[in-house]
Order: sequence, then structure tokens, then C-alpha cells
Amino acid sequence: MATVDLKDVKKVYPGGVEAVKGVSIAIPDKELCVLVGPSGCGKSTLLRMIAGLETISAGTCSIDGKVVNAIGPTERDIAMVFQNYALYPHMKVYDNMAYGLRNRGMPKDEIDKRVRTTAETLELAHLLERRPRELSGGQRQRVAMGRAIVRSPKVFLFDEPLSNLDAKLRGQMRVEIKSLQRKLGVTSVYVTHDQLEAMTLADVLVVMNAGLVEQLGAPLDIYEKPASTFVASFIGAPPMNLLPLRSGQLEGAVSLPAIPANAATIGFRPEDCEVGADGAASEGGLRLMARVLGVEPVGAESFLYCEAAGGRIVVRVPGRTAVAVGDQLPVLARREKVHFFGSDGKRV
Amino acid sequence: MIDNSPIRTFIAHLVLVLGILIVAFPIYYTFVASTHSLQTILRPPLPLLPGDRFVENYSEALFGGVGRIGGVSVATLLFNTTVVALGIAIGKIIISLLSAYAIVFFRFPLRMTFFWLIFITLMLPVEVRILPTYKVMVDFGLIDTYTGLIVPLIASATATLLFRQFFLTIPGELVEAARVDGAGPWRFFWDILLPLSRTNIAALFVILFIYGWTQYLWPLLVTNRNDMNTIVIALRKMISFADADTEWHLVMVTSMLAIVPPILVVVLMQRWFVRGLVDTEK
Amino acid sequence: MSPRVVFPNKILPYLLVAPQLAITLVFFYWPASQALRQSMLREDPFGLSSKFVWFANFKKVLSDPNYLNSIQVTAVFSIATAAVAMGTALLLAVMAEKVIRGRGVYRTLMIWPYAVAPAIAGMLWLFLFNPSIGSLAYGLRWLGINWDPLLDGEQAMVLVVAAASWKQISYNFLFFVAGLQAIPKTLIEAAAIDGAKPFKRFWTIVFPLLAPTTFFLLVVNTVYAFFDTFGIIHAVTGGGPGKATETLVYKVYNDGFVNLILGDSAAQSVILMVIVIALTAVQFRYVEKKVHYG
Repeated sequence: MATVDLKDVKKVYPGGVEAVKGVSIAIPDKELCVLVGPSGCGKSTLLRMIAGLETISAGTCSIDGKVVNAIGPTERDIAMVFQNYALYPHMKVYDNMAYGLRNRGMPKDEIDKRVRTTAETLELAHLLERRPRELSGGQRQRVAMGRAIVRSPKVFLFDEPLSNLDAKLRGQMRVEIKSLQRKLGVTSVYVTHDQLEAMTLADVLVVMNAGLVEQLGAPLDIYEKPASTFVASFIGAPPMNLLPLRSGQLEGAVSLPAIPANAATIGFRPEDCEVGADGAASEGGLRLMARVLGVEPVGAESFLYCEAAGGRIVVRVPGRTAVAVGDQLPVLARREKVHFFGSDGKRV
Repeated sequence: MIDNSPIRTFIAHLVLVLGILIVAFPIYYTFVASTHSLQTILRPPLPLLPGDRFVENYSEALFGGVGRIGGVSVATLLFNTTVVALGIAIGKIIISLLSAYAIVFFRFPLRMTFFWLIFITLMLPVEVRILPTYKVMVDFGLIDTYTGLIVPLIASATATLLFRQFFLTIPGELVEAARVDGAGPWRFFWDILLPLSRTNIAALFVILFIYGWTQYLWPLLVTNRNDMNTIVIALRKMISFADADTEWHLVMVTSMLAIVPPILVVVLMQRWFVRGLVDTEK
Repeated sequence: MSPRVVFPNKILPYLLVAPQLAITLVFFYWPASQALRQSMLREDPFGLSSKFVWFANFKKVLSDPNYLNSIQVTAVFSIATAAVAMGTALLLAVMAEKVIRGRGVYRTLMIWPYAVAPAIAGMLWLFLFNPSIGSLAYGLRWLGINWDPLLDGEQAMVLVVAAASWKQISYNFLFFVAGLQAIPKTLIEAAAIDGAKPFKRFWTIVFPLLAPTTFFLLVVNTVYAFFDTFGIIHAVTGGGPGKATETLVYKVYNDGFVNLILGDSAAQSVILMVIVIALTAVQFRYVEKKVHYG
């Protein structure tokens, strides 16, 4: 149906603030691209530029091979799901979904057919005569989705659509959005600050920071090979343990893998650690002594909060643990699970 | 509640009933007077109960014409006043809606200058610019016209400020959703902003209708002809205390007719009225 | 916060503000500037020529005993009206808070006078207290009071204050009720547990917490007494007897329209303008953020 191409897109506000400093992303047809990053990183601005709600200061945005910089949101043939849903409070669900179609002059019976089919898909059929304030949060979210889907646009844009739902509902809707997007095969751009949402939804994952793309790729590639300390600490929960190297050494380490010459930081994920005296698994890997400051059993696993090598680390162990606060224990990480970053934060 | 002893509650009711007697008595007594003959009124004290001249007095005033104001009937006065009150209320609402819409939903050079120009009119009531405004009216030939009675009063900082306040609470996402849905500025105004402003408009309408109906200084300035008077001004002309020939029974009927329409509006639209009152002072 | 979402049109907003702006400029700013200019001009007795006299008109007005009298009349009238209207309304609002049954009925009956034009309010009171035909004046005389507001200045003042306050009770009542409802009931309960009797609770808890509402109403009532009561004075006393009820606004009107002293009237307008600006500034500076509406 459509590709979305951003070439060196910039956004400079009248006050001189540079929100997006040159971003290039190519989203293939039918794929879901997630923009993830902390608040203020420019991801929402980028999305709104694709939507045509913000002007593009420099660079080009193309939808389906056609540059759309100069045309308004109406003509871009996109549909958007907003964070607070932005349902028209005085219109019934039916009219909320029909409004965009009516504005485009679609015949009445065609509108009716589309609205009812979409409502069926989203299990909204029994709510069509209600007004937004009579709906639960989850239902409103569905209506917002319905309003986008009914238009069958070239591109879906999602602006943190799940952030107002409780954790359980968010999980459900995540799965549903993914399967809907697959089924409809509409190219989508999805903005979130939740790394779990980003990992599970994305075909193409874009990690943004301070107006720039930090890393772009398949979610698991990014997880396994984070391009910078920023990405390493943003993707994965709990985040990767990062410890500073001093002149190529790690204070308090019992053994270290070979350290690249210009490495300034060593990193390893909590779930890639082992605890115990037998060093069999850590041949050529990292081994250091840690003192336990806190233990958090969450059922299937337990997290140990430790002090090691002059910093704080988190270690994940499966199931229950006998470790207690104050224990000294050796922590091991395999050689291939250890990451190094230079003094500029980039992977080496 | 903590102090709900029967005696306290009784005292509270007593005070309230007394208060209402004070508040309602002048209006009630006017009604009573409007149903008696001139002779009865001229011989105080007036009975506390209505008399038997209701039909005669009201039909004489409404359709017969009142001598002191050049034989103009009260029906004409009611018509004038209704036109003025509706004109002011609707006019104010329309131009305030438009300017508030411009100021909140558009960015353009001089926007804040315009806002302040409108805001400062709060500090320029008719009373502080009587003569020069009168002169403008004469120059434009607006004396004794409905336009003259209405238009100069429809510029209102209060209503503009109220709508601006309300528009600012409308989430930006709603505007964006509308734009994505293909709505331009006019369509957004008609399809979304106006329906959402309904209660505000109703509330403001009540307040402004009363405002228009009870105007005094302005109609006094810009009307000379008896048949262009509003009912309040005509009433003033009907009374003379030095003169014994004031037709008090007709004065009382006219008073009732001047009071009842706005009271009906306030009482029947009480919910919006209270809201409007509190909102316009924000 | 991202900047407010707007439409990108360039011409439309000007068209939208145009009607209001046009009316504002023609009927507000132009006349106001003319008043300013006129206040520094003096015309010869035939209105044929005028010369620029700087602040001479102001000097003349402010040293005119009639004007000083008018200031005093306005002060007495405003303070008395505000005090009576607010005091009565507060008492009634506090009582209305106490009762549960009939609250709505009381409110409905209490708001009537708001809809009555000030001038008509004045005429109704005058009808009741008119020395020759007023039924209540008849009652006063029966009590042995020598009542004639058409001849006695003080009685005339009492009459216009009564009419002006009567009309304003509704407004104050609604705001006091809203203010009272905004006071958390738990505070009053806490005071009761601390051993404060009802009367003491009112003065130490309720009244101080009501202060923002009271202050707000004070400003509104002052503005009302200054400007909106023109109709009452004009219809009831015509500023008399003597000049006992000639308020500032009435005098501007009278000097300008009846006596045709243009320079003086304009200077008085400008003085009034300064007063309104001061009152509006006070209202917005101190009141806007502090009053809590129910």
C-alpha cells in the first residue's frame, strides 16, 4: 500500500529550539515502525511532521513515493490515534467514526457499511449509539482505533495510544494492535516511551535521543547489539549494567575478557549473569565480586541489587534464591554477553 | 451536619422567609397595584390582595396606548425591548465567539494587540464616554434606530474573555483529530467548537438578555421618539410625582410587564443563569 | 508544553476579529479619546471656538464644591449600598446553608430581583414609599415618622440605598452560597470538635475562609453602585432634593446633557475613567486567582 520515507528531516521551532536534528528513516510497505525514546527526544514531533500537523523545517517526508511536505493532514491520507484519544465528546461513537468519511464526501450507505464492519471487527457494534463519556478507557481506545481503521488510509500513526490504560489492558491491546496491523497490512508509525511496547510491536525499531536516531534495526538485533550506552540502558528491563573502566581495568574484577583498547565502559545484562563459585561458564568471561544490598523475589525470578566494582548492578536469578542481604558473591557473565563502549558512549 | 437542632433549623427558615418577603414584596405589591383602579391606588394603604381590574388595566395598557408617552402602547414598548435584548445578547455572543476563536485557534501578527484592545474595553463603560459616544451616534444617524440601540453595546470584553477561557480548555489533540479527519477551520467551528460551547452560550445568553433588557443610560441617550423607547425608559417618562395625573394603574401594569419577561428567563433558565453569572466573573 | 495547536490560515483570523474590533474602535476608543481631548479644551459660551487649556478643567472640577459634594454622596451611597446588600445576602446565604429542605425553592425566590432593571427597582420602592400614595410611607407616618424623601435629602438617600441594595441581594446571595459550599465541611467539624460554638465557628473559620468571596463582591458592588445605579438615581430622585443624591455618574450626565458644560463633563469622564481602571486593576490583580467558586 505505501512506504514512508524520511530524508534528513529537521524541526526548528521559531524560538530556535531544534527538536529534530536530521532524521532519515525508510519504512517498507506494510511494516510497523516504532519510534521509542525518553520524553523530549523528538519522537512525537517526528510523528506529527509525518501527519502534517507540524511543518517540516528541512528535509523531505514522502508517503508512497510522493513528497508530502507541502500538503496538509487531510490530503496525506493518513489516520492517527491520539494519546488522549481525542474523541469528539458531543458525538456518538458512530458519528465519531463517520466524521472523517463524511468530510471526504463519501456516500451515506458506504459510510454506514464501513462503520459497521469496523465496529464489528473491534467488537464495538453494541456501543455505536453511546457517547464517549459513557465508555470505559479501554472502549474509548477502541473507538479511537476504529476511527483510524474505518478510513483505510495509507498510513496509521499512533501517538502513545496505550499510555492511558492500566497495565493489564495495555498488554491485551498491544497484542490486538499488532494482529490488526498484520491483518490490515497498513504501514504504521507508532510512538511510545515504553520499551516493552517497542520491542514487542516493532518490525523496525528506531531508538531516538535528543532529536537524533541512536539506533535503527530489528528489535532483537538492537537488544543484542546496542549501539551505545544510551540504547543499552533504554532497551531491556531492568536495564543493562554499566560499569566504568579505569585505564582498561575494572576495579574489583576477578577476571576480565580481553578489553578493546578504547573501551571506557563495560556492560552486561542482568539476565545474562550467573551467580556462583563454579566458573565453568565464564571461561574468558567476566567475573567479579558483588555485595548484596537488596533482594526482590517476583516469583518466576528474583532480582539481586548489588554493589560491585564501585558501582551498582542488578543480577537476575531464576526462581527463589537463598541469597540474603549482606552476602558477598561472585557474579559471572559469558564472554559473548559482555559489551564494551567507548568514552563517547558508542559501542566498540 | 453538626448543628442541626430543630430550633436552629427553625430560626434559619424564619430568617429565610423574612428575607424572601423583603425580596418579593415590592414585586408582589406591584402586581397587586396593577389590578386595582387608579382611585384605589391614590388612597393608601393599598389592599394586600389583588383587585378586580386585571383584565381592564392590562388590556388598556397593552393595546390602548398610554397618554403620557404620546399614546404609544405597551405592546410596542415590549416589542422594542425584546428586539433590543435579543439583539444585544445574540450579537454579543456571535462577535465574541468569532474573535475568541481567532485569538485562540490562530496565530497571526497583532494577535495580542487585538486581545488587549478588546480586554481594555472593560475599563471604558458608557458612563465614562457619554458625550463623545452620543456624538458618534448623531454623526452616523443612529439616533432612534434599533441599530443604534443594539450595535454599540455588543462589543463585550466579558463574553470574549469567557469564550477564550473555555476554548483554551479544549485539548489540542481534538483540533488535530479534526484536521486529520479533513475538517478545515470553518468545519471545525461548526461541527465541533459550537456544539461543545452550547452550555456556555446558553449561560451567557441568560446574562446578556437581562443585561440588554435592563439597559437604562444608553436607550435614554439614543432614543427621542416615544415609539422607539424601551419599556424601562418609557416607564420613567410615565411617572411624575409633581403631577397628579400620573396613571398609576397603567404604570403598575407596565412595571409588571417590564419585570416579568426577564424574571421568567432567569427562573426558567436558572441552571444556566447561575453558571453564567459565576463564569462571567472569572 | 508544546505550543497550542492552531490552524495555519493567514487571512481568516483578521476577518474573525474584524466585527468586534470595528465596533470597539468606533464606539469605545474613538469616543474615549475624544473625551480625553475634550477634557483639556474649553469652549466659548456659543460653542463657536475652543482653546486648549491643559488641566484647567480638572482644576475647576476638583475645586467645585458641587463636585466635592458629589464625591461625598457617591462614597456614602456606595459604602451603604455595598454594606446593606452584602450583609443581608451573607446572612441569608448562611441560613440557606443550614437548611436542607426547601433550599432550591429559597434560591429560586431569591434571584428574582436580579432580573429587575435598577431603574424599575427604584420606581417600585418609590411607589411604596411615595409620601402621597405609597402604602409603606403611609405606615411610616402612622408610626409617627415625618417621612418625605422628595424633600428630605437623607431620607432620599435611604430610599435609593434601599432600592439599590434590594436589587443586588440576589447576586451577592448566589456568590456567598457558592463560597460557603466551597468551604470543606471537615474544617467546620474539626472546629466543633475543638469546642467552638456555632457563632464562634462562623467568625473564626467560615468568615475568614469566605474572605476572597467577600473581597470580590466588595469590588463588584462598588462598581455596581458607581455605574449601574444611574437608572435608580435618574428615575427616583433626579439627583435631588438639592444635590443630596447627585452621584458622580449622574453629575457627568447632567453637566454634559442637561447643562451642556462640555469641558467639565469631559474632565469628569476622565476622572471616572481613572476610577474604573483602578477598580478593574484591583479586581484582576487581587481577585482573579483567589476566589473559589462552588
